[in-house]
Amino acid sequence: MTAIDHLPAEPVTRAPGLLRRLPTSGVAMCGLALILVWVLAAILAPVLPLDPPNKSFYAALAHSAPSAAHWLGVDKSGRDILARIVFGARQVLTVAPTAAIAAYLIGCPLGLLAGYYGGWVDAAISRLCDVILSFPIIILYVILISTIGPSVLNIVLAVVIAASPGIARIVRGLTLEQRHLDYVAAAQLRRESAVFIMLVELLPNCRGPLITDFCLRIGYTIITIGIMGFLGLGLPPPDPDWGTMVKEGTVMISVHPYVSLFPAIAIVTLVLGFNLLADGLRELALKE
Amino acid sequence: MTSPLLSVENLRVEYHGASGAVTAIPDLSFAVQAGESYGIVGESGCGKSTLLMALMQHLGRTGRIAGGRILFDGADLTAATRRGIAMVYQDPNAALNPTMTIGSQLAEVPMLVPGVGKREALDRARQILADVQLPNPERVMARYPHQMSGGQKQRVVIAMALLANPKLLLLDEPTTGLDATVEAAILDLISELRARHNTALIYITHNLGVVAQVCDRVGVMYLGDLVEEAPVRALFATPKHPYTRRLMACVPHLGSTKHSTSFLPIPGQPPSLARRPPGCPFGPRCDGFAPGRCDHPVPDETTEADHRVRCIRWAEPGATLAASAAPLAPSLPDDEVVLKAADMSTVYTFAGSGFRARKVRLLANAGLSFEAHKGGVLAIVGESGSGKSSFARVLSGLYPSSDGTLAFGGVDVGRRDVTQRTAAELAAIQMVFQNPDATLNPSHSTEFPLRRVLKKFGLAKGERAISAEVDRLFDLVRLPRGLRRQRPSRLSGGQKQRVAIARAFAAQPQILVADEPVSALDVSVQAAIVNLLLQIQADKRTTILFISHDLALVHHLADHVVVMYLGKVMEQGPVGRLFAPPFHPYTEALLSAIPVADPDAVQSRIRLKGDIPSPIDVPPGCRFASRCPRRIGDICDTIPPPLRDTGEGHEILCHIPVMTLSELQTKKNEFVFN
Repeated sequence: MTAIDHLPAEPVTRAPGLLRRLPTSGVAMCGLALILVWVLAAILAPVLPLDPPNKSFYAALAHSAPSAAHWLGVDKSGRDILARIVFGARQVLTVAPTAAIAAYLIGCPLGLLAGYYGGWVDAAISRLCDVILSFPIIILYVILISTIGPSVLNIVLAVVIAASPGIARIVRGLTLEQRHLDYVAAAQLRRESAVFIMLVELLPNCRGPLITDFCLRIGYTIITIGIMGFLGLGLPPPDPDWGTMVKEGTVMISVHPYVSLFPAIAIVTLVLGFNLLADGLRELALKE
Repeated sequence: MTSPLLSVENLRVEYHGASGAVTAIPDLSFAVQAGESYGIVGESGCGKSTLLMALMQHLGRTGRIAGGRILFDGADLTAATRRGIAMVYQDPNAALNPTMTIGSQLAEVPMLVPGVGKREALDRARQILADVQLPNPERVMARYPHQMSGGQKQRVVIAMALLANPKLLLLDEPTTGLDATVEAAILDLISELRARHNTALIYITHNLGVVAQVCDRVGVMYLGDLVEEAPVRALFATPKHPYTRRLMACVPHLGSTKHSTSFLPIPGQPPSLARRPPGCPFGPRCDGFAPGRCDHPVPDETTEADHRVRCIRWAEPGATLAASAAPLAPSLPDDEVVLKAADMSTVYTFAGSGFRARKVRLLANAGLSFEAHKGGVLAIVGESGSGKSSFARVLSGLYPSSDGTLAFGGVDVGRRDVTQRTAAELAAIQMVFQNPDATLNPSHSTEFPLRRVLKKFGLAKGERAISAEVDRLFDLVRLPRGLRRQRPSRLSGGQKQRVAIARAFAAQPQILVADEPVSALDVSVQAAIVNLLLQIQADKRTTILFISHDLALVHHLADHVVVMYLGKVMEQGPVGRLFAPPFHPYTEALLSAIPVADPDAVQSRIRLKGDIPSPIDVPPGCRFASRCPRRIGDICDTIPPPLRDTGEGHEILCHIPVMTLSELQTKKNEFVFN
């Protein structure tokens, strides 16, 4: 043919992937820094020079306010608040992401099925999600946990039940957008299985919005765990749990506000970290 | 000579983005006289829209005018003087507010002038709607944009621009997304309004045919430079710049077919603005490139009064290639019938809206009957909504037909969709889709779909065999093998469409269904893809079903043409018979709507009224009766027309006898293609 074959094709320049552009977003990096501080603290907790989180220092009860020996003070049982917060981070940073991942493992397939097949499959899944989502979320948690009892596994289970309908909805919407695009038709024409089309052709293109949602959802889950702790449905004592610590502090909040204040700050900073990261990711995605 | 209405002098436009500054327009000068229609053509990415935005002073946060000046009506263009310029945007859907009625949107424009009240504004809106020939302006005023068709919306957008009483109207590809029949009517309207109001136009388009129809003078733009400027006749008769000549070699010409000539695509694509070549911007893609001369800045040269060109070799004979190439020895159809549709119908059923259980039936294809011969190109043409794509979906297996047969190699495949067809049947019928941006999965490399096809159909076994086959397919569609591992987002539209063609040929098909494969591409790329398809067909003797609304292109490449309207075949026959009288009145209207790339072309002027009706309630008689310019009476509305055979497989579905049609149509004028 003509010279068209011999000219090197100039690559169409395009910004690299979302995660590789992350360093360009100040907001996302702030969020990431906050999260990393907590992750490092949680990982290093056993080697840091901290008091044992469950040990009572009865001598310190006389001067329970923050001091050189106990930087953030001690609680009413004489336990070091700093140590309890750091060890509490271990708890929350394992339970929250686990719960979010579990919710995704349930929500994504449901959303894909609903979006891909449509019809009665969609109707059944969507109505089920509507029913769950129509419960006030806190009441749903309280009902679930007070029925099945507080434990790590049950908290994960509660989050899965409460969060997966929302995830399914997002995935369903993203799937519907692509369902009638030509590359899906092309896959059908080479007789790919429905599972292949859903997992290999459709799901990877949902990743942008899902990464953002994942970060937000971990934040929500941390708040949820905090609320449940506050309501007395948190992780079983004596292991430290931020929500439970806030609640224990409320008894003497007018005298020793720091007992509640410090774990509350811990929750706020960690959740803020995840929210900022999600905001930054969303902005990056929009800039594309 | 009077001073021009708009004069652009040494305009320089830059964009300052995060990755540094790029120059979109380095040094541009041109002038538009009052009442003149000035066309600007060029491929996408050549700075046409940037120029319009600079004229509208709407360059956004990153763009800025870095030099030169724009004089409008003798004064510097400022926010105040800009009032005399109005713009019509490409996409009418984005130009109209979906939450406001047409009336209240239009009324906003006159009310910008202090002292004009709501009532007066509404009166003017009503008047202007009548001006743009929208029937029943009173009812249109009360409608929302979604209740109108694309053509009607574009008329409203034009009306809105006219309400500002502009001296200069900027049109940015105003008819690109529209059907040819609607486009022709809009172009008529623009010409008529221009004559009545003496408005000057700047018309931006990539379609040389449209330029030939509506413009007095044309500027050819490449990489922000005006490489040639001339009155429209002179430009089409004696194009001087190699870029102009190559652009013209990419579009079908009068009387030429694939057997007499082939397109001459422009190699490569325009470089990105950041990589502007030092000398002639077109140098790297020009076959007349002379080292040492063309790589220095090129001055404007005036060849004749009113004709300027920016090429130092324009006067040298034989400096560049001819404007067309020898034919590619295209494949000829033989007698073997590969595909035979007999009375085939497709019905879509929808659930009724709301809680009503009554199903709505939509007859997308009504009793199609035609044959495709091995090694030939069967073209299916018609406006959008005529059921062309529905047929493609049935043939490829994405949707089952409801009635009749669609025999492939003697076996009916129409009733069976993908899940019920055998692997061999699926592989034998492959498809190339319309939209290059949706045809490849953005998450996977370009070779991924090719590999999957080879694997699923068992055409290559083992990693080495598959990889070798993928290489072979990339060579077949003339893509560099280096693109194998790239994501589609790094490919241009033409390259994506090449991958799609490779994917289709990976299955070694006997029939290739191409559903508007080039309509979303630039003319230069379009020409290359058409050449590629014809060339592969000549090698492999694949039968191609080419679905298109572009009759000029169909005339170039088809062997047999089927004209569809509202799901029914109105006329079919060999390409030579179809483009000569007698035609079906619908074909006649389609032909007269082709924007022919020749300002001297004589075309009959038949314009269809309104839009294609909804296929849910089809008329009992002839489906075309409601819009037919040759309707003969009530018989058309009530009785289905007979199929009239004129010989050589040419059939017309019409109440008017062939002889009468023939007389009516030849008397009027000869058609341009013959």
